[in-house]
Amino acid sequence: MRKLIVAATAALTITMLGGTSYAQDTLKIGYIDPLSGGGASIGEGGLKTFQYLADEINAKGGILGHKVEIVPLDNKVNPQESLVQAQKAIDAGIHYITQGNGSSVAAALEDFVTKHNTRNPGKEVLYFNYAAVDPALTNDKCSFWHFRWDAGSDIKMEALTNYMKGVPSIKKVYLINQDYSFGQSVRADARKMLAAKRPDVQIVGDELHPLLKITDFSPYIAKIKASGADSVVTGNWGQDIALLLKAAADAGLKVNWYTYYAGGAGGPTAIKQTGLDHQVFQITEGIPNGGYQPAMDFEKAFRAKVNMSLWYPRAVNEMRMFKAAAEKAKSIDPVKVAQALEGMKFEVLDGGEGFMRKDDHQFFQPIYISSFGTLKSNEPFDEEKTGWGWHPVAKIDTQQTIVPTTCKMKRP
Amino acid sequence: MLELIVISTLNGVLFGMLLFLLSSGLTVIFSMMGVLNFAHASFYMLGAFFGYQLTRWIGFWPALVIAPLLVGAIGMAVERYGLRNTHKHGHVAELLLTFGLAFAIEEIVSMIWGKSPMDYRVPQALDFSAFTIFSTNYPAYKMFMLAVSVLIFIALLIVLKRTRVGLIVQAALTHPSMVAHLGHNVGRVFMLVFGVGCALAGVAGVIAGPALVTQSDMAGLLGPILFVVIVFGGLGSLPGAFIASLVIGLVQTFAVALNGSLASLFGPLDPSFNATVLADIWNVTIAQIAPILPYVLLVLILIFRPMGLMGARET
Amino acid sequence: MSDTATSARDLPVPARGQSLRFYGIWVIAAIVLIVLPLLFSSGSSLTSFSLIGIAIIFALSYNILLGQTGLLSFGHAVYYGLGGFAAIHVMNAVTAYDWPIPLPFIPLVGGLGGLCFAAVIGWVMTKRAGTVFAMISLGIGELVASSSLILRSVFGGESGITTDRTALPHMFGWSFGPQIQVYYLIAAWVMISAIAMYALTRTPLGRISNAVRDNPERVEFIGYDPHVVRYLASCFAGLFAGVAGGLTAINFEIANSAYLGAVQSGLVLFATFIGGTSYFFGPILGAILVTYLQLGLTNLTTVWQLYFGIIFIGIVMFAPGGIAGLLMMHRPLVRSGTLGMVIPSYLLALVPTLVLVCGVILGIETIAHYTESQGQGNVIALFGIPFDATAASTWIIAAVMIVGGYAVARITWRRIVDAWDRATTDARDRGHLA
Repeated sequence: MRKLIVAATAALTITMLGGTSYAQDTLKIGYIDPLSGGGASIGEGGLKTFQYLADEINAKGGILGHKVEIVPLDNKVNPQESLVQAQKAIDAGIHYITQGNGSSVAAALEDFVTKHNTRNPGKEVLYFNYAAVDPALTNDKCSFWHFRWDAGSDIKMEALTNYMKGVPSIKKVYLINQDYSFGQSVRADARKMLAAKRPDVQIVGDELHPLLKITDFSPYIAKIKASGADSVVTGNWGQDIALLLKAAADAGLKVNWYTYYAGGAGGPTAIKQTGLDHQVFQITEGIPNGGYQPAMDFEKAFRAKVNMSLWYPRAVNEMRMFKAAAEKAKSIDPVKVAQALEGMKFEVLDGGEGFMRKDDHQFFQPIYISSFGTLKSNEPFDEEKTGWGWHPVAKIDTQQTIVPTTCKMKRP
Repeated sequence: MLELIVISTLNGVLFGMLLFLLSSGLTVIFSMMGVLNFAHASFYMLGAFFGYQLTRWIGFWPALVIAPLLVGAIGMAVERYGLRNTHKHGHVAELLLTFGLAFAIEEIVSMIWGKSPMDYRVPQALDFSAFTIFSTNYPAYKMFMLAVSVLIFIALLIVLKRTRVGLIVQAALTHPSMVAHLGHNVGRVFMLVFGVGCALAGVAGVIAGPALVTQSDMAGLLGPILFVVIVFGGLGSLPGAFIASLVIGLVQTFAVALNGSLASLFGPLDPSFNATVLADIWNVTIAQIAPILPYVLLVLILIFRPMGLMGARET
Repeated sequence: MSDTATSARDLPVPARGQSLRFYGIWVIAAIVLIVLPLLFSSGSSLTSFSLIGIAIIFALSYNILLGQTGLLSFGHAVYYGLGGFAAIHVMNAVTAYDWPIPLPFIPLVGGLGGLCFAAVIGWVMTKRAGTVFAMISLGIGELVASSSLILRSVFGGESGITTDRTALPHMFGWSFGPQIQVYYLIAAWVMISAIAMYALTRTPLGRISNAVRDNPERVEFIGYDPHVVRYLASCFAGLFAGVAGGLTAINFEIANSAYLGAVQSGLVLFATFIGGTSYFFGPILGAILVTYLQLGLTNLTTVWQLYFGIIFIGIVMFAPGGIAGLLMMHRPLVRSGTLGMVIPSYLLALVPTLVLVCGVILGIETIAHYTESQGQGNVIALFGIPFDATAASTWIIAAVMIVGGYAVARITWRRIVDAWDRATTDARDRGHLA
């Protein structure tokens, strides 16, 4: 009986694996992100972006003649599941994986890839991180096999505080963040950097709340109000930012919001609902209405084809730079590509030069502060059909975003 | 200080009433049928999505009536074709059926409406601030939610305790064959009760949808806390659920308002304990643990008073 | 759970031939476990087998509660997760202080971790059975999962704690770096745990647990305290769940708060119930099926959760004994040799039922694809055949398959019932059915 079941399982396993034999001449990139469940809307957006970018590269002859193919792998934002998917990808002959959602997933993957590469020399795998921003990934936990194109949360804070340095109207700042490693690093960096650059600014509140568990933010809003803050800095994402802004608008709180992820899926809709016109700011590596023509052209073509706005300009940098690195190394061997990427300089999508720092494999690029609200005539792109869009407020140059690293990289 | 107390009390009551709105249907179903409906939050989600869709087509007020009716109809279908057949296998099987149903409903909703949040807004007629206290606005919509919750509470109490219908329904649970002999269709009574319970969840969905985020994972976020409310209040007790909602709403709100931690009470911990469990416990603020307080309350009450605050029986 | 009472029934002292057959089953199981990776040696199948092995231990441990003692728990992952964390911390300590503990003994550490927590918390949890127990377990599950994010030094926040399994002292010259070695470690522990848990059902404690499940009052009358029995059962469940957690920690070399969460608790409930709680081997089948579905379905479809829900509802409604219950229904027929009477009607029913199932799948996939793609890339490949999700023909085919399949299937199902009745009557006549 049990034998029968085992045999059936085995037979099913074969059929399962049967689907993963691909032609050898394609260059496959495993895309490991949530494609079902709660995080799926974000994961699907990322998948469409990467598929669009693969098509773009393939239209120009691929990478060194290899056709690029994105292999979607659903990890349900679960670290364990991600490792299973990564294993699956490796078995299917994939040498490049990319992932973005969830620093916990990123940490697990980085660790997995490093161990895998040490134990299986000659079968190395590179991990391209396009959105997990925990500073630890390029500091204590840094790995030769991990490259990050998104700015770490400390880099974004460096950029934000460099902007705040020149805005004297900011006097009292309130910090509210999700209670986990990312939220805590936002809070710690904000305290440290504000103290160094604007000692006159008062931090009137410093709140941590549980991740994605709060349905009613009015008690927090009451505290912010009582503190007399004029600006709030928050790394909240998902429903935590939407509900926070809703509660603020309901209570009539008038402050400026400096956010990391107000532009995430559903964020613009929520801001439009609250009517906080140009009071919500965001820190990103690129914006649709930036005014740089090639980027605006790209945005237009992208929106026409996939029916969403470009959330990840960094994904564009990632894929284009991957191609450039492979061409520079004249090989798609992961070790050679990794060596070519180290220290590589690159003209980013939104204009300006960025570089991949050799010490920790962190990409540095110009960072933009933008605000969300009614659009000016020369700003064609709105978000989520709200009629409102991102308006550029400031650009922080690459050199102004560099932070030190504690990474001691082990090279093969 | 007074400001914080007044505002926290207000916020706590408002949040508590939202919880009651959500859990009233659950407790009605449990008290009448003995079924712990794991899919209750899913019916609430269905209510929110139907409300959203109907609001786009015919406006908020008709949606407030029609959406709960639709949800109630689906609930009745679930009872008729699912629970009734499972009943003979006992309550655990019924519970597990609703468990599977919760999975299926979530996926169906995200298939139809997608996984992004819906643009479900407060109706124009209620989109103003009702009053301002200590320079904090209270939107009229929240007052509307409060009024609906209280209304439902009173209506349910009257129907169940003071009317013939309520008596028959209660008798059907304890003496089904006797009620059947008196000429009532017991199966239909149960179907209606389940339908009404689900419709109540639907009302909660239509009303809470604009205030919270209408999204396909909204059921999973609220599910566990509803169980805390009805177990804490005493399984099957409507007044218990009402009080439990208020208590949990107030506890959570006040906990958020407090900044205290052991460190602020007794001074910072010796640095040699850094990065130990002690340091974690020492430095955590009450505000940080606010959302897990309901579960602490749940475990405590089940240990010391397993029937809950107002419950009559244990299981 | 009145239907679970059957397992206690057929337990006479095994005759010599029976005991030979009994040991034979375990030997065959061991051989299968050894040979399996030789037949399927790809990394993915090794990963799948490892996960299935862990799931088997976990589901069996859950069945000590649900099937054998009648306790429905919504927080079983707590023991599993804490076992995993205990294992991770000890592994790191072994590496740091050069303790002479080789890796194969680490799952035991996980088991002790689970056992300790069960011993501490179990006493208050098991005071009452039924809904109260279910709700306490839900509350404790949420409490521990949330606390794990606050107690960062122990649980490492949401990114968890990592370890390196190869850094531990080696045994038989194995480093446990390659997955195949980890697989054999897991396989060995599956055998040990399964035999131990099976033996547990044969002890007086196992027997009295069944009695507590079926009628706690009578158990009290004959002088046992049901509370103590439930407590001991939950300690054993915690122990083996901890072993499973320890193995997971070794397999992934990471432990994080997701181990403790409601999803994990839900999955083990799924696996156990789908497999069947009334028989010892039920959870094994369930664990294999659910793990396989979890790994395989997610590749094939984005709406796997819907299929999960439908399968679960189907099992609850039509086969509350689970897969094992369905299979064991046929045992009297096999013994009396009347199985042949039902097989033709099964084969006959298979065709329209398959049509119905395919129709439902086509319908679901079409709708899912239609709503997700929003008008681009409409072609879905199902069973190797491409369908256009926007074409009316696809929708019509699905509808025809569902309606037609159902109409025909109903007739054949009725035939099954008739054939079944005849077969069981015959079996009864021959004295093989009580």
